[in-house]
Amino acid sequence: MQSLERALGRERVISTPDELIAYEFDATIERGMPQAVVFPESTEQVAAAVRVAHRAGVPVIPRGAGTGLSGGAVAAAGGVVVALTRMKRVLKIDVVDRVAVVEPGVVNIDLSRAAAPYGLYYAPDPSSQRACTIGGNVAENAGGPHCLAMGTTTNHVLGLELVLADGEVIEVGGHSRDVAGYDLTGAFVGSEGTLAIATKIIVRLSRIPEATRTLLAIFDQIDDASGAVSAIIAAGMVPSALEMMDRNIIRAVEPVLRCGYPLDAEAVLLIEVDGLEEDTVEQAEAIDAICRRHGAREVRLAREAADRELLWAGRKSSISALGRLYPNYYVLDGVVPRTRLPDVLRQVYAVAGRYGLAVANVFHAGDGNLHPNLLFDEREPGVTAKVLDAGAEIMRLCVDAGGSITGEHGVGVEKRDFMAWLFSGDDLYAMSRLKTAFKAGEDFNPCKAFPTHAGCGEVTQAQVRRTAAAIGPDLYV
Amino acid sequence: MPQTADAHGLREDIARCVHCGFCLQACPTYLQLGKETDSPRGRIALIEAMSSGRAAPGAPPLLGHLDLCLQCRACETACPSGVPFGRIMETARGNVMEGAAAPLAWRLRAAALRQVLPHRRRIAAAMALLRGYQRSPLRRVLRRTGVLGRLPRPLRAAEASLPVLPREPFAAPPQPPGLTRTVAMLRGCVMPHLYPRTHDATVRVLNRLGYRVVFPEQEVCCGALSLHAGDRQQARALARRNIDAFLEAEIEAIVVNSAGCGSTMKEYGALLHDDPAYRERAARFAAMTRDVLEFVVAETLPALGEVPVAVTYQDSCHLVHAQKVTQAPRALLRAIPGIELRELAAPDRCCGSAGLYSLVQPAMSARLLADKMDDVRATGANVVATANPGCMMQLEAGLRQRGIEARVVHVIELLDEAMQAAGGAAP
Ligand SMILES: Cc1cc2nc3c(=O)[nH]c(=O)nc-3n(C[C@H](O)[C@H](O)[C@H](O)COP(=O)(O)OP(=O)(O)OC[C@H]3O[C@@H](n4cnc5c(N)ncnc54)[C@H](O)[C@@H]3O)c2cc1C
Ligand code: SF4
Ligand code: SF4
Repeated sequence: MQSLERALGRERVISTPDELIAYEFDATIERGMPQAVVFPESTEQVAAAVRVAHRAGVPVIPRGAGTGLSGGAVAAAGGVVVALTRMKRVLKIDVVDRVAVVEPGVVNIDLSRAAAPYGLYYAPDPSSQRACTIGGNVAENAGGPHCLAMGTTTNHVLGLELVLADGEVIEVGGHSRDVAGYDLTGAFVGSEGTLAIATKIIVRLSRIPEATRTLLAIFDQIDDASGAVSAIIAAGMVPSALEMMDRNIIRAVEPVLRCGYPLDAEAVLLIEVDGLEEDTVEQAEAIDAICRRHGAREVRLAREAADRELLWAGRKSSISALGRLYPNYYVLDGVVPRTRLPDVLRQVYAVAGRYGLAVANVFHAGDGNLHPNLLFDEREPGVTAKVLDAGAEIMRLCVDAGGSITGEHGVGVEKRDFMAWLFSGDDLYAMSRLKTAFKAGEDFNPCKAFPTHAGCGEVTQAQVRRTAAAIGPDLYV
Repeated sequence: MPQTADAHGLREDIARCVHCGFCLQACPTYLQLGKETDSPRGRIALIEAMSSGRAAPGAPPLLGHLDLCLQCRACETACPSGVPFGRIMETARGNVMEGAAAPLAWRLRAAALRQVLPHRRRIAAAMALLRGYQRSPLRRVLRRTGVLGRLPRPLRAAEASLPVLPREPFAAPPQPPGLTRTVAMLRGCVMPHLYPRTHDATVRVLNRLGYRVVFPEQEVCCGALSLHAGDRQQARALARRNIDAFLEAEIEAIVVNSAGCGSTMKEYGALLHDDPAYRERAARFAAMTRDVLEFVVAETLPALGEVPVAVTYQDSCHLVHAQKVTQAPRALLRAIPGIELRELAAPDRCCGSAGLYSLVQPAMSARLLADKMDDVRATGANVVATANPGCMMQLEAGLRQRGIEARVVHVIELLDEAMQAAGGAAP
């Protein structure tokens, strides 16, 4: 610890156990106590911190805002957390090439704010955008409501400056996507902080659309809502966003934010189209008609920017607002083919019901990316195990339906034991070889993404493994 | 921390936090330092650890992080989960104060407040001394000789940030005859001495709207400073005295032009919830309390004359975040002909005043003020309006230090100017 203080200055290191309690968690129920947290302000300082940890043989855990939903920034096996929150400068906005160069700690929405005067914005918009960092977005390949039309983070990252596990600084990619050689940028995006630390990120900016229309469709039956989703997609339309929220989400959000989601509805769809003025008018009308045909009892069009913001505020706060219903949530992040949506959703409610757990569903319906949130109170004895079991079953459901265990939140600690359902030993080996190629050893953000490692023993982890084992290796694909 | 009657409530309040991090970017101290230990989410975790016994309650670094919190409650506005952070922090500070490990500095602060706040005469005497000092050659001598530089930091900060006191403190003006409705107004501890003009303007506006304004003689400090310093006992004692003083009068509402006092007064119900003798009256008192801007905006305004200025509005934390009043001041400003409202980049971010904060944490306070001044300058406004005396003082000090040509007013003063500009006397 003293060498960290020598390398960075005392003010940039936290190492008293009492204070480290503030760094024990991210937005999940995972816990892990680091030995130190450092606050570098430059690439050199990041490299210096990493070198000290490397020499001492202690784990390094990169951390952005700690809004991750898979425990990626939790020090699962102790070590040094490298918090990138002080590196929050937008270094450059190139209006002609529509490219921005940012430090990793820039908050997602701040980048769009900085670009707005030039008629530009940063497209990937996770619901956590007013808190999460671009570095964390890159590491998790974050998506968001508008990724339906715009693609996830990986479609918007052009180049990176990385600090490797031994402190070496390299650059990959550049100002455009068409660089020769291996696509190392692509390999890094979504690597969940297990390969290196991004210290500079070059991203593509997009032009703010001329017109945007936002609709709220209200349903008395959840099946009707999922039916409408399928119909909109089947009609060949690509709304810029297509989100669904069920009754429990509405109950959590509406009483406070008063965003106009009716409390007696079973589900609402939030649909947005953008583009040229005339097109959006036409599309909005078509969507309105489809929703009504599928049983929407009402379809509202946001009249002003303020109405639109309010509708979105509800959606973007929905997971956090669950704290009003229960002290803890366990957010699942499954992906299923859109045609299976109604069916899988029914099964999700059934699983939760069987375990006697409340569940709230909010999701990027257009992508088939489900976020069932299991609601519980950690302090109730035995409930956490129940939640993890139910979660595992739901994940299993998604895989069986031909989907995947993460749409955008990453594998992290939470779901690494489910990886074996999707990938063979050889696949996993190939992935871990990538880690070697980046010179990132076992100690670089350990216990994340891969179903291995000793010494990652948190209580909840043991439970996840137990669950995975209980479901049985014969079920692994 | 000892198990107090509030322990259960504290645990439930904390359990609401799902640690999603949505509050981080709203927190002024986190924005400055980038550390979770100085963020709402981190502070909640630290308080949780202290109350569950995982961390020593008196651990100096932890208390430092509690101390650095402005209690501005911006995190409450940002929190989708409705975590009552203000209450969590007040309870935590209270528990520290009532425990064995209460740090000396905290106890001294609370003791000092106890000596002064309940006594209007002592405040008046202190203010008279200050007024004398500011107008005497002594100040110039002290400044020139550098003696001031050797004062303890809080005193030095106070010396530099206090505005020059007006010659005369506020005195209840005679009310025009014929007013049929009555409201009571809180004068507050320092406001009659620092900003009598704001009180005068408030009374004139209320008179014009048809209200007679009464000033209960037995009024004492609202208790906000004690509450924030963790001295709940004292806060409750003050609340009881105010309840007795105000509910005696035949009034329709209790009007307050200090957002910090108003927010505490609106919480008297919760503060005295466990006191059977006062519970009910405390709730009634709270329900009658209105910030003056909130009160006025609900009335039918008379014709307003022109006030040709470019105004920027700084949301006072205890108005926007604690009382959730954001639109009233803006609606009033927009209603005044001639006023051009130019919004700050972050109007609802604390300016660093925060009650005694600017004295106790001068370094962080100065950083916040510096950012605020950059924002003010960027608007090019020549009037900075706000809604709380502490904010007025801090902003004035900032403008003075930076040499920015702008004056600071309470929103109600602009409304008063507009009414005067429209001509005609009060009805
Ligand atoms: C209420 C809520 C809603 C959410 N909604 C969405 C959503 O709609 N879409 C979505 O995709 N996600 C969502 N998330 C999840 C989360 O916000 C994203 O995963 C986000 O990208 C995490 O960013 P962060 O800065 O908080 O990263 P952290 O949580 O701090 O870290 C996440 C991972 O990134 C790594 N990391 C961080 N910075 C770097 C860096 N500079 N270099 C290398 N590795 C790094 C960490 O090691 C960790 O593994 C939501 C979360 C919450 C709480
Ligand atoms: S926004 Fe609310 S629930 Fe989320 S971390 Fe902050 S206080 Fe906790
Ligand atoms: S009250 Fe203000 S300073 Fe304190 S944690 Fe909340 S936002 Fe931060």
